[in-house]
Amino acid sequence: MIPGDRFKIKRYFHHKDFHKPRHSQAHHPPGDVRTQKSGTREIKVVRRVLDVNAKLAEQNRQLFAEKGIFVLNVMSSPGSGKTTTLEKTLARIMPEIKSAVIVGDICTTHDADRLAKTEAPVVQINTDEFGGDCHLVAHVIEKAAVTLDLDEIEFLVVENVGNLVCPAEFDIGEDSRVVILSVTEGEDKPVKYPLMFRECEVALLNKVDLLPYLDFDKQKAIDFIHQVHPQMPVFEISAKTEEGFEPWINWLKNKIRQKA
Amino acid sequence: MHEMGIVLQIVEIANASLPADLGDARVAAINLKIGKLAAVVPESLRFCFNVAIKDTALEGAKLAIEEIPVVAKCNDCDAQWTIVEPVFICKTCQSGSLEILSGRELDIESIEVVEEEKHDSG
Repeated sequence: MIPGDRFKIKRYFHHKDFHKPRHSQAHHPPGDVRTQKSGTREIKVVRRVLDVNAKLAEQNRQLFAEKGIFVLNVMSSPGSGKTTTLEKTLARIMPEIKSAVIVGDICTTHDADRLAKTEAPVVQINTDEFGGDCHLVAHVIEKAAVTLDLDEIEFLVVENVGNLVCPAEFDIGEDSRVVILSVTEGEDKPVKYPLMFRECEVALLNKVDLLPYLDFDKQKAIDFIHQVHPQMPVFEISAKTEEGFEPWINWLKNKIRQKA
Repeated sequence: MHEMGIVLQIVEIANASLPADLGDARVAAINLKIGKLAAVVPESLRFCFNVAIKDTALEGAKLAIEEIPVVAKCNDCDAQWTIVEPVFICKTCQSGSLEILSGRELDIESIEVVEEEKHDSG
């Protein structure tokens, strides 16, 4: 619903219509736009299309702030290793930091089943119930979050739907965003999807254990990331072997502590 | 990708913005501003829009999309320029600290309504 007091409607005629001859309605009182004459009128709206989502995201952010929960939105293209990275990440921080997961997929609960083995509470969102959306939106996060015991959580990680385009556009009320790029993808993903790489705070370059077998130019990928987002921290990791996990885990723990 | 969801928002805002006294007038166009950095494809938006407005008060309306260039300002040397390639580094001083002045828009600006001409039947 859109409250009427949130914008003003201003009506006026285009100049080109101003001098058109009047027809049958000329006897109506002047000044009454509705009855003056035929022509085009422009109704001013001036609103952000995603206003409603932005408002709900802000409500989520307030709720998470009250509870002292650090919320991380993890995004990447499909198959870059989000779930494996989270499994390994949670295994490392879980005894110390009380964590929960919201995982978004268009369908199936495969990722939730995997993440549940970390013993973190997991909520699976299947967006096909919400029209098969390719991203998570604020009101869906709110619905999922209220099913969790928020007083018992310090860290909430949201595994977004695999997609480098749309999730970047939708605020869900998170504190920080991470993008995962794997070395089995093209080095130029950052420049093909600049909004995603600009909107995220850090990048994880995943599957580095495969580098010896690939033609992937790691430096080129990092240069592309920095072309789009100068100074963006890039952690080179392998979610499979856990190579390079220390700096990433330290960064994450530091963020969680800052919020608590 | 997510254009239909965005279109539904546009339709909702447009419908709520229409005056109650619309009468015989018809909605000719919805004017949008879309930044080049927004994750929205204008063509997909138009396609979804035509589907979404079928059999509604907005049927027949056009989506008039004004694309807004990405304009950046350097926080170190104050240089201002339009970003065409995805390079977010100051061309003057090579600083990576910059402010995006425009290009993220996804705004509904206004609605154009056409009053159908009426002739006296006598």
